[in-house]
Amino acid sequence: MKRKIITFIFIVAAFLLQSTVFSRLAFADVRPNIMIVVTASFGFMRGEKGGMAVGFASGLLIDLFWGGMLGFYTLIYTVIGYLNGTFHRMFFDDDIKFPLILIGISDLIYSFIGYLCLFMLQGKFIFSYFLGHVMLPELVYTILVTLVLYQMILQVNRRLEAEEQRSASRFV
Amino acid sequence: MKIENQNRIPSKYILLILIIICGILLGVEKFSGGRGPLRLLGSYTVIPMQNGISSIGRWMGDLTDNFKTLDELKKENDTLQSRLDEMTIDNTRLRQEQYELERLQELYKLDQNYADYEKVGAHVIANNGTNWFNSFTIDKGSNDGIKEDMNVLAGSGLAGIVTEVGPTYAQVRAVIDDESNISGMVLSTSDLCMVRGDLKLMSDGRIRFEKLPNNDNKIDVGEQVVTSHISSKFLQGIFIGYISEIEVDSNNLTRSGYITPAVNFSNLQEVLVITSTKQDLIDGSKEGKEE
Repeated sequence: MKRKIITFIFIVAAFLLQSTVFSRLAFADVRPNIMIVVTASFGFMRGEKGGMAVGFASGLLIDLFWGGMLGFYTLIYTVIGYLNGTFHRMFFDDDIKFPLILIGISDLIYSFIGYLCLFMLQGKFIFSYFLGHVMLPELVYTILVTLVLYQMILQVNRRLEAEEQRSASRFV
Repeated sequence: MKIENQNRIPSKYILLILIIICGILLGVEKFSGGRGPLRLLGSYTVIPMQNGISSIGRWMGDLTDNFKTLDELKKENDTLQSRLDEMTIDNTRLRQEQYELERLQELYKLDQNYADYEKVGAHVIANNGTNWFNSFTIDKGSNDGIKEDMNVLAGSGLAGIVTEVGPTYAQVRAVIDDESNISGMVLSTSDLCMVRGDLKLMSDGRIRFEKLPNNDNKIDVGEQVVTSHISSKFLQGIFIGYISEIEVDSNNLTRSGYITPAVNFSNLQEVLVITSTKQDLIDGSKEGKEE
């Protein structure tokens, strides 16, 4: 229960930060995508189901407040959470490179699907511009933010896991 | 010991179920356009938090303003005073012309359907967090009488249009957004054009205009573009911006170019919402004619 509440607080905090604080800290009109960082990190830390749940919640929030159609971002984030969850077995929490690569790839997939559905299908073939001015800057900025944010998520996750193990061993 | 092992349903099936739910949501949205209960929930949980954060931001902005030196303020006061004088002269001249116009309109029996729109002020509390679109949230909603399709001004120019309304908030799509599309009019010649936002221009804060007829009317850089009378959603005569570039298209029939909007979108804080929509005006004038 405690884990659920803390996870939810993380999602809402990330959402609020991205829509208020980071829109002022935008470099070259690009904001980092911290919702992806939260979704992906909970994905590979907690496994497929955890990732899906976090992805679903973040996607729903985005759909409600930023999206045009309800369900679009929810779908992308759920799938990204699931895919990151499949890497749960390869995750060791003292390695920073692997999470960075996963988060980076998640962000690229997210941007690419966004381009495909929201621009290309509307006849706006601006891929080279999109790649250079939106996708790659967002990727770089997101990874920079990840370096800080990921440590926080990791610490909280460690502490929660230790606590859960303690309470579990009490029963046994 | 992991919790996952206790659950029976494999995660693959849960993923499938969630995907189907998303599909259904997309389908339902298409037909009903509603996200009622969820929106209600959001407007009493997330919006107050966004309100809080943005008010802290505003307070800090005010704080830095307080440290302006006396010299700066005096200079600013001088320039503003001279501006005010110019404006007063302009205003008297315009008012004279206004009287003349009213008199002539009376002679011609034209009814004035746009003059002063009633406005409500609102704070911008959050922006769109994606890098693809440019929309923002304001802290007034249906409880304050905001409705969909109301026009939003910032300063003297058009900032956007209300696309979604919740009880305590409303979503506004900015003029420079990629999906924005407005019927505009060059003020001096009354030629109509289409003003549309573009992702490529969003970072410079510019917008593109197209389909301006390539007729004998000479249109220069710096001319004003306003919303046109044929637009179904935008009220007539709202200032959009100045033409910054113009060129004849290769088909030789139309002209296109760029507009610098009157609004600076990089730090929008306060906006004005016009509380009558174009549809209201159209309905109102129809009733008037039937009577």
